[in-house]
Amino acid sequence: MTPIDFVVSLALVSVAAGVLGSLVGLGGGVVIVPVLTLLYHVDIRLAIGASIVSVIATSSGAAAAYVRERMTNLRAGMFLEVATTTGAVSGAYLTTVLPTQALFVLFGVVLAYSSFATFRRRHTDQPLTVSNDRIANYFDLHGSYYDPAEKREISYKVVGTRPGLALMYVAGLVSALLGIGSGALKVPAMDSAMHLPMKVSSATSNFMIGVTAAASAGVYFIRGQIDPIIAAPVAAGVLLGATFGARILGRVASTTVRLVFVVVLVVISLEMLQKGIFP
Amino acid sequence: MTHPPLRSEAAELHLSHQPAPEDLERPGRRQLSPADAALMEQKVRKVEVAISLVLRVGVLVSVLVIAVGLGLMFAHHRAYLPLQGDFSYRQLTSGTTPFPHSMASLARALARGDGRGVVVLGVLVLILTPVLRVAVGVVSFLYEHDLPMALVTLYVLAVLVGSFLLAGV
Repeated sequence: MTPIDFVVSLALVSVAAGVLGSLVGLGGGVVIVPVLTLLYHVDIRLAIGASIVSVIATSSGAAAAYVRERMTNLRAGMFLEVATTTGAVSGAYLTTVLPTQALFVLFGVVLAYSSFATFRRRHTDQPLTVSNDRIANYFDLHGSYYDPAEKREISYKVVGTRPGLALMYVAGLVSALLGIGSGALKVPAMDSAMHLPMKVSSATSNFMIGVTAAASAGVYFIRGQIDPIIAAPVAAGVLLGATFGARILGRVASTTVRLVFVVVLVVISLEMLQKGIFP
Repeated sequence: MTHPPLRSEAAELHLSHQPAPEDLERPGRRQLSPADAALMEQKVRKVEVAISLVLRVGVLVSVLVIAVGLGLMFAHHRAYLPLQGDFSYRQLTSGTTPFPHSMASLARALARGDGRGVVVLGVLVLILTPVLRVAVGVVSFLYEHDLPMALVTLYVLAVLVGSFLLAGV
């Protein structure tokens, strides 16, 4: 395969990664890393660098459309970013201390549990109308959005900011430690623990993953993990795909988003377990 | 390390099913009149529009720069172009492939007109879009006189800038 074949085929794969990544709020890395390592046999360090680029591309590409449709809860997203970016920075300096392999296993188990928890909530998509969460009330993290699929404005209240913050810190930590998108923990944290509607969770996660990824992007750049010939087609393809994914999110039913998310989460969880048990 | 959130998530699931009385809302906070609420809504819209504009411009610039860089890369290396041939992409994606990965080497690559350098520049613009987005957030929350949220956003911005400085970019 010559460089031009590589660039063109990788750009096409990246479009698909962008659509899926922005639809479920996980970022394109879910698709990009396995494709680069398994199909193209690219060095894992470079694949992780490309994954960071794809996560930022998903986030920024989808955001313009999302924010306009007011699905993203910007206040909640910014608030939770306090925990995520702190986790991401501390994770970058804990890499040498913590056993990566055990973390993969632990994370695989956590994701398996959260995919189960997300699946179990599939029939209870009613947003909360009241909240006694002091932090959420103080910062006014509640919101509403227009759902084009249901053709009505849906308002919701936020609860569980404390477990939410704890989960977000862990999300930032593992994304820096294991080089995976932190959306896998962010969406369940917002959906299950904080009771944001599924579409809002996905859109807000999409907003947040870009900021979290940016917090570790500097380190990846200096370590020489961002190879231009890989990053160029990934960035361009994912950006294009993400704008489509963002449009699709508005139209499909919440249950569909949830089910796609659960399937993707199960796949990542198996991938993590495999990396931890048979490296 | 991941155990406490796991437990609290489960606990929260049970707790949150109990509806809370409305009068527990933010203590000491005045209720917004419909007119104030509409004004607040307008301000929030302005922030959203500003942030989405920043993003679009950033994304567009980065895509254009990356495209130019790719073009230059293929123009300078004719061996990359054939659809079939002996030159494999693997030579460009191995662990030892040289490409700029510091500001100094990036500046040298750009001075030479190297396509790789231009692509890296475009990718850096893309990496900066979320940072810019947070920066716009700080300004907009200050503009809205929402001090708690402005401080929260400022902290995130400080961590982001700090992460780049710590990495030595």
